[in-house]
Amino acid sequence: MKNGFGVFFAVVVALGLSWAGFVVAPAVQLGTAKRTTVLGTGDNWPLQRTGAATLGAQIYRANGCVACHTMQIRQDGVACEVTLAKAGKNPMAVSNLLATLKLSGLTKEEADAAVEKISTAGGKAETHVIPVGADITRGWGVRKSVAADYLYDAPVQLGTLRVGPDLANLGGRMADANWQMIHLYAPGVVKNSAMPSYKFLFEVRKVGSTPSSDALNLPKEFAPADGYEVVPKPEAKQLVAYLLSLHADVPLYEAPFTPAATKP
Amino acid sequence: MNPAENNSVCSTKIDASCRVPLLVLFNGAGLWLILGLVFSLIASLTFHKPELFAHCPCLTYGHAIAIANDLLVYGFAIPAALGVMLWIFARLSQAELALPIVPVAAAHLWHLGVLVGVGGILSGNSTGYTWLEFPRASAMLLGVSFVLVAVSAIATFAQRKECELYPSHWFLLAALLWFPWIYSTANLFLGSTHPVRGVAQPIINWWFANNLIFVWLALVGLGVAFYFLPKISNRPLNSRFYALFAFWTLILFGTWLGIPAGAPVPAWLPTISAFASLLLIVPILAVAVLLKNILCGANVKCFGGNFCYLRFGSVMFLVSAVMLAAIGCPKYSRVLEFTWVGQAQIQLQILGFAMMILLGAIYEILPRIMGTELPFKKLVPVQFFCSLFGTVLFVIPLAIAGAKQGHAGFDPAAAKFWLMISTSGLLLLLLGSFALLLNSLAMTLKWKVGLIKKVIAAVTAPLPDTEVKS
Repeated sequence: MKNGFGVFFAVVVALGLSWAGFVVAPAVQLGTAKRTTVLGTGDNWPLQRTGAATLGAQIYRANGCVACHTMQIRQDGVACEVTLAKAGKNPMAVSNLLATLKLSGLTKEEADAAVEKISTAGGKAETHVIPVGADITRGWGVRKSVAADYLYDAPVQLGTLRVGPDLANLGGRMADANWQMIHLYAPGVVKNSAMPSYKFLFEVRKVGSTPSSDALNLPKEFAPADGYEVVPKPEAKQLVAYLLSLHADVPLYEAPFTPAATKP
Repeated sequence: MNPAENNSVCSTKIDASCRVPLLVLFNGAGLWLILGLVFSLIASLTFHKPELFAHCPCLTYGHAIAIANDLLVYGFAIPAALGVMLWIFARLSQAELALPIVPVAAAHLWHLGVLVGVGGILSGNSTGYTWLEFPRASAMLLGVSFVLVAVSAIATFAQRKECELYPSHWFLLAALLWFPWIYSTANLFLGSTHPVRGVAQPIINWWFANNLIFVWLALVGLGVAFYFLPKISNRPLNSRFYALFAFWTLILFGTWLGIPAGAPVPAWLPTISAFASLLLIVPILAVAVLLKNILCGANVKCFGGNFCYLRFGSVMFLVSAVMLAAIGCPKYSRVLEFTWVGQAQIQLQILGFAMMILLGAIYEILPRIMGTELPFKKLVPVQFFCSLFGTVLFVIPLAIAGAKQGHAGFDPAAAKFWLMISTSGLLLLLLGSFALLLNSLAMTLKWKVGLIKKVIAAVTAPLPDTEVKS
C-alpha cells in the first residue's frame, strides 16, 4: 500500500464486509421478526411482561446482573421416544412387536416409523420429542433458547459468563416468589453461593403494631434482631416479578418438544 | 527497513509540539489505569467474601466489573493509544503536530466523557450492553473527542515528506478509522431510543466487542510495536510483505469473530465466527514470523526497560490470539463457553498485550517530549516486573478457574479457589500501575513550575537599558 487511500480502501473492504454481515444482515433478518405461536396450543409467544416485571428488568440491568448470569439455554439436539397410548384389539401382537422395537433415543424418522408399525399392528402409539444437552440435564431449561424468546426485551441480556446459574427459565423452575426474595436478601441460603446480598433492595425496620404481611420469613442465621422485620422495597418486588417472568418453557416451531403435562 | 527518520535537530521541535496534548492524554490514562485496577480488585474481592461490599449499592460486583473493564479500555488504553499515535504520526511525517490545540481540547473532553460514564454506571444508568455500559451522554463525548484527535492525527499524517507508508502507518491509520465506525454503529443501533429488536441487539454488541477488544487493540498494539521494536533494537522490520499480509488477514478474518457457538441466533452467524477463528491462525502466523525476525537475536540490554515492555506485550498478543482462536473452535467451546476462560483471554488482551505495549511506548515518548529524563526512572522496571507477574498471576488462575468450572458443570465451588488466587495478580498490577501517573504527573508539574518561573523572571527582570534611556 503506497498511500493513505490504500489503508482507507482496506478498512472499507474488511470492516464493511463484516458490518454488512454482522450488523445489517441480522438487523434485516431479525428486525422484522413478529411474535410466533406456541406449538399445539396456538397461543401467542412471547408474552408481554407485566408492568412490575418490565420495571424489574431495568433493575436487573442497572445492577449489572448480566455480569454473572446468562439467559440462554444450549441444546445439542433432540431424542425421540415412543410410548404406547392404546394397545387396541390385539394386545398380544402389539406387545410382541414392542419387544422387538427400540423405543427411546430415536431420531424423529425412526420414531415415526415405529409408531407406524405399531398402528398397523392395531395399537396406538405417540412420539415424544425430548431435548438433549448439558444445560437441560442440569435442569436449567426444558429446551434451547431461541431468538423469539427475546422479542420484547430491551436491552437483551444474554450474558457471556456463568458465575451463577442460567436464568432463561428461572420462572419456570423456581416459581416461589418468597424464596426468590429470601435469596436476594441472603444468598447464603444456597450453599457455596458466590452471590453478594442485595440488602439495599430491602428495608430492615421495627415491627409495628401488626407485622407486615410482606416481611420475609428468613432462616434463623439470616434473620434480623428480635422485634425487627425485613420488608422488600418496591424495587425488590419488581426484580422478583421480572425473575419470575423469565419463562422459556413452551414448544415452538424452531424448538419443538413434548411438554411434560401432556405425557401420560 | 526502519522508520523513515533522520535524527536531526527538528526531532526536538516535533517532540515539543506534541507535549501538551500528550501530557493531558497520558496523565488521564495514568489515573484511569489505577482506578480501573482498583475497581477490578473490588470486583475480585467479592469472591473472597460476597458480603464485603453488599451494603453499598454502587459497589456490587455488577457495577464494579463494568467500571473496571470500561476504565481499562476507555480510560487507559484508548487515550494512551491516541497519544502514542499522535507522536508516531508526527515523527513518521517529520512534521510538527498539526492543529495541536484540537487534541488538547479533545483529550479533556475524552476524560470528561469517561468520568460521566463512570458516574452513569455507579448511579445505575449503565446501558446493559457489554463494553458499551457508558450512558449516551458519555458515549457522545467519547465519539466526538475521538474524531477530533483523529482529525489532528490525519492532518499530521498528510504533512509527511516521504509519500511511501511505513507498516505502522497502516495499522494506526486503520485504527483511527476503525473506532468511529464501530462506536457510532453500536451506539446508533443499540443506544438510541429505538434500538434494534430482540437478539439483533446482542449480535451487534458481540460484533462491536470483538472489533474493539480484539481487532482495534491488535491494530494499535501491533502498529506501535512495529514502530518501536525496530527503532530500539536497530533491526529492520523483516519483511514489509509479511507485515502487509498480517495487516490484511487480521482485518479480513479478525472482524468475523465474536458470536458465541450456542447463542440463540440464526445458525449461520456462529458458524461464520467458528470458521473465522480457524482462519485467524493465518495472521497469527504472519505476526509470529515478523516478531521472530525482530526479537530473535536482538541485542538490547534491558532489565525491565521499555524494550522489555514491548517484547512481552507483542508475545502476549500471540498467546491471546491463539487463546481466542482456540475458544472459537467448536470442540473446546462446548466446554469453555460461558466460563472464566473467555474473561482470561480478554484480560490478557487488555493487560498483557495492549497495556504493556502502550506503557513501553509511553516511557519511550515521555522523556523525548519533555526533554528530560523520567523523574522516577527506577519505577519503570518495578512496574514491568509487577505487571508481568501480575498478568501471569491474574490470567492463568482465571483460565484454570474457567476450565474447572466448565468440567464441573458450572458448580460455583469449583472455580472459587482459583478466583481467589487471581486477586494476588491484580494486587501486583495495581502496585505497578502507580509508576505511570507518578512519572507523568511529576514531569507535568516540573514543566509547569518551570513555565511559571520563566514568566516571573520575565516580569521581574530589570528593564533593558535602551528602554530606560528613552
